[in-house]
Amino acid sequence: MGRYVVRRLLMMIPVLLGTTFLIYTMAWAIPGDPFASRCGQRPCSDAFVAAETERLHLDKPLPVQYAYFLGNMAKGDFGTTSNGQTVLEATEKAFPITVKLTVVAITFELVLGIGIGILAALRRGGYLDGFFLFTSLVAISFPSFVIGFVLQYLLGVKLGLFSVTVGSGAPWGDLILPGFVLASLSLAYVLRLTRASLLETLQADHVRTAIAKGLPRGMVLRKHVVRNSLIPVLTYIGADVGALLGGAIVTEGVFNIQGIGGLLYHAMRIRENATVVSVTTLVVLIILLVNLLVDLLYARLDPRIRYE
Amino acid sequence: MSEPDSVAALETIEGAPGTPTSSVTEAGKSRTLAGDAWETLRGSWVFWGSLVLIAIFLVMAAWPGLFAHADPRDCQAMRARQEPSGSAWFGYDVQGCDVYARTMYGARASIIVGSLSTLMAMIVGAGIGVYAGFYGGWVDILLSRVTDIFIGIPILLGSIIILSSIPTPPGSDFLNIAKVALAISVLSWPSTARVARSAVIQVKQSDFVAASRALGASQSWMIRKHIIPNAAAPVIVITTISLGGYIGAEATLSFLGIGLQPPVISWGIAINDAAPYIRSTPHMLLFPALFLSLTVLAFIALGDVVREALDPKTM
Repeated sequence: MGRYVVRRLLMMIPVLLGTTFLIYTMAWAIPGDPFASRCGQRPCSDAFVAAETERLHLDKPLPVQYAYFLGNMAKGDFGTTSNGQTVLEATEKAFPITVKLTVVAITFELVLGIGIGILAALRRGGYLDGFFLFTSLVAISFPSFVIGFVLQYLLGVKLGLFSVTVGSGAPWGDLILPGFVLASLSLAYVLRLTRASLLETLQADHVRTAIAKGLPRGMVLRKHVVRNSLIPVLTYIGADVGALLGGAIVTEGVFNIQGIGGLLYHAMRIRENATVVSVTTLVVLIILLVNLLVDLLYARLDPRIRYE
Repeated sequence: MSEPDSVAALETIEGAPGTPTSSVTEAGKSRTLAGDAWETLRGSWVFWGSLVLIAIFLVMAAWPGLFAHADPRDCQAMRARQEPSGSAWFGYDVQGCDVYARTMYGARASIIVGSLSTLMAMIVGAGIGVYAGFYGGWVDILLSRVTDIFIGIPILLGSIIILSSIPTPPGSDFLNIAKVALAISVLSWPSTARVARSAVIQVKQSDFVAASRALGASQSWMIRKHIIPNAAAPVIVITTISLGGYIGAEATLSFLGIGLQPPVISWGIAINDAAPYIRSTPHMLLFPALFLSLTVLAFIALGDVVREALDPKTM
């Protein structure tokens, strides 16, 4: 186990270097004036240009610039936002709220996605199955901000079932609707994956044996079918944690949640592009680390993953 | 993975370069496979429904004037946010422009961004995937690692970084559209590359490829005649599905305010402009959102139904 963790961590080094280099290239190594679009409608102030040039050493050759970029990030220096707050501080404040939203979304995926997926597989070809397959196709196709606005309008404005925006501090109750919207795409995939995986397991030899030896149907389903089918589903949900953190930009924008997504959304509204790039870089790094953690966790949970 | 190396040993045997006989049997086989898929698709209402929808949207993108007689840029502040009526079926937006006309004219930007990103992602992705899958070895290792790095950055976040850093070229709608398409395709080719690579590896190990190799076919001939035709199906399927996804991504980026910029007429921009007024005049948001969602749905449903027809195992 220890060796696996070390190996996995070592493998992370080239990935981190590659990703940061890619981000750096996309953000700063573009031809022309790097400050042309960073400060919205007005040109960047000389002080800001001077500070960023100094911080990133933009007057030096590219490899040197990248080295400084990397060095700054290693020190936790991601730059400052317009109101003088450092990016790290702003993100630290917003992060817990986004985590809460992600927890709500994952709960929806686990409960509704797996539950409906099992139901659809057991009623294969039936009315319910067809209905959920089509609904999941709609959920995959409709962009999440459309789903967000429509549900906000129908359930929030028209029916008044949910509050339209999320209060400060993001109480759990307010996060139910945004969490569902954030989860909608993955929910559809989880549903389809659970269904497909269950259908495959239902045809497996060990299930036929279990039925043949007279085990009650409920017992066969619980012990032999569902348990075995859920491994790929859980792997998908684990890999999805990072994607949810990224997808939160749209959801938090629609529901006015003060998380990382909301932070980015408002920075984009006022075209504060320097802040957008720094915060996004930080979010990508967080996603990479979360994915690594999930991988390590799986190695602990699934005994079939080899440690050598 | 190691099997092809033993096949590669046969490569040293010299022989005539082209072996057309094998391609004849192959064409016969692929025809029956395609024929099977066609039989399944013919009776599927999802297939025909999505094809009809896509055709309508393509015509709308090419000749929006056929659908809307009002001028989408004719905006009068005095009729701002008026509800749908007989003269304006979808009502008027914040600036008093005709929502129906703007929705019809908005198809063009979405379709162009979707097709351009798909084209770029497919050329780069399929090229890299076929190359890595066919040659294997260190080429494959290197290209796969590069693919991993690109796949690690979520498309939305990566596009946000690119679009925030490159200034929008003023005065040119096409450059604006091309910039968004580029930002989407830079990070979206890896999924095509992965699919193409695994498809190529699968085909490469089949007997007819080993046979033509033994007969001395050149590598480029084998790639053209055997590998690409047989690996094409999964690539075409993922391309259709992702075309829908890219149209959604464009709308999302425009909705966030960093994608397409105002002189361009786009569904994403319309939704963004209408969002603050959703409580009182939802019609300004719901109509463009409906058309956007139907377009994405049509492409994804088409890809989905073709995938199921080509690969019965996934059912």
